[in-house]
Amino acid sequence: MEFKDYYAQLGVAHTATQEDVKRAYRKLARKYHPDVSKEANAEARFKEVAEAYEALNDIEKRAAYDDVVKRHKHGEQFSPPAGWDSGFEFSGGDFGGGDNADHSAFFDALFGRQRAGARGPRPPQHAAGSDHHAKVQIALQDAYRGATRSITLRVPQMDASGHLTMHDRKLDVNIPKGVRAGQHLRLAGQGSPGHGEGSAGDLYLEIEFAPHPHFRADGRDVYLDLPVAPWEASLGASVAVATPDGSVQLTIPPGSAAGRKMRLKGKGLPGTSPGDLYVVLSIALPPADTLLAQQAYTSMAKSFGDFNPRRTQEA
Amino acid sequence: MSNTNRFVVHGLVVEDEVRFTLVELCHACHADADQLMVLIDEGVLSPNGEDPPIFGGNSLRRARLALRLIRDLELNASGTALVLDLLDEIAALESRLRRLSSY
Repeated sequence: MEFKDYYAQLGVAHTATQEDVKRAYRKLARKYHPDVSKEANAEARFKEVAEAYEALNDIEKRAAYDDVVKRHKHGEQFSPPAGWDSGFEFSGGDFGGGDNADHSAFFDALFGRQRAGARGPRPPQHAAGSDHHAKVQIALQDAYRGATRSITLRVPQMDASGHLTMHDRKLDVNIPKGVRAGQHLRLAGQGSPGHGEGSAGDLYLEIEFAPHPHFRADGRDVYLDLPVAPWEASLGASVAVATPDGSVQLTIPPGSAAGRKMRLKGKGLPGTSPGDLYVVLSIALPPADTLLAQQAYTSMAKSFGDFNPRRTQEA
Repeated sequence: MSNTNRFVVHGLVVEDEVRFTLVELCHACHADADQLMVLIDEGVLSPNGEDPPIFGGNSLRRARLALRLIRDLELNASGTALVLDLLDEIAALESRLRRLSSY
């Protein structure tokens, strides 16, 4: 288990006041919160920052952590001595981190794993089971046609001794035609089982599209990058295009420039008001790696004697 | 230990096909009614005018996002309402940019 330097993660000194800790956390949270951040590693970084804050913002936890720090240096393998935490009593305040609290093994070893139901009063005898949330990645093509996909969810489960363990749960889910990224599917009764005669909770799946080398979706609209040869762009052509919904024959008008956008109305994600498919042209240059190819470029240069691609940049 | 269901589960698209009562939305967001009432007061959630109020499917995403921001960024409700408005605006501008720009 790797030791975590929570002070370094928040960028504060060991002598920092609780106010300093709070200020550092807020600044980093604004920068890396996955809901507002454009940073590439935002989610992972935010998790680290949130965990560090959770450990240092609570005076009791911070004291316990400081005690461990005294005996360990960053990067060393860490294993808590048996019974080391017996001298600390935690008042059981809100652990924060929310319903998806997923701490590092280091945090769990230090402060104990959060037990399900430990935060609130014992549920009444008959109560509905809680609703669950998860994200699933599907292919854009599945949203075009509808599909059945098998998904695996990591679900925390309480074992006989009251410890939480993770186990895999497989589910075959119908992906409705026309579903868009960011939308949610509600699977009735697939959440936690109810207590007593209470009904089971629901499972909400947030839809994400798996990244694709050529397609990207924006709401109902879909964008597709289409490389064409210089002569196809200049002289016009009819080319076969692989869209998410199969192959279509597309007419490239003569004189097309790179970046030209062609709209295929209604060929975006299907629905009562279907989206559009935008085909964005890029021009692929053939390599001049044979004598014949080099001659073709030379002859082109001769034919376009007064063509100056940098005309607009001249001083 | 794996729990395998071999039948296919059909779901509803929340944003298109689901409406929530206050109790249902609280349950789905793991929030209490007071937390959601504050979001209604700030205009983050806009139920229809009926009594009892009914929330559109998009309220699920908005409420969960607002609750995350309040918890993780330690924002108050009006600050959260502003952030949600700005996030919507950024998304609309980015989508417009994509449509208008050549790339």
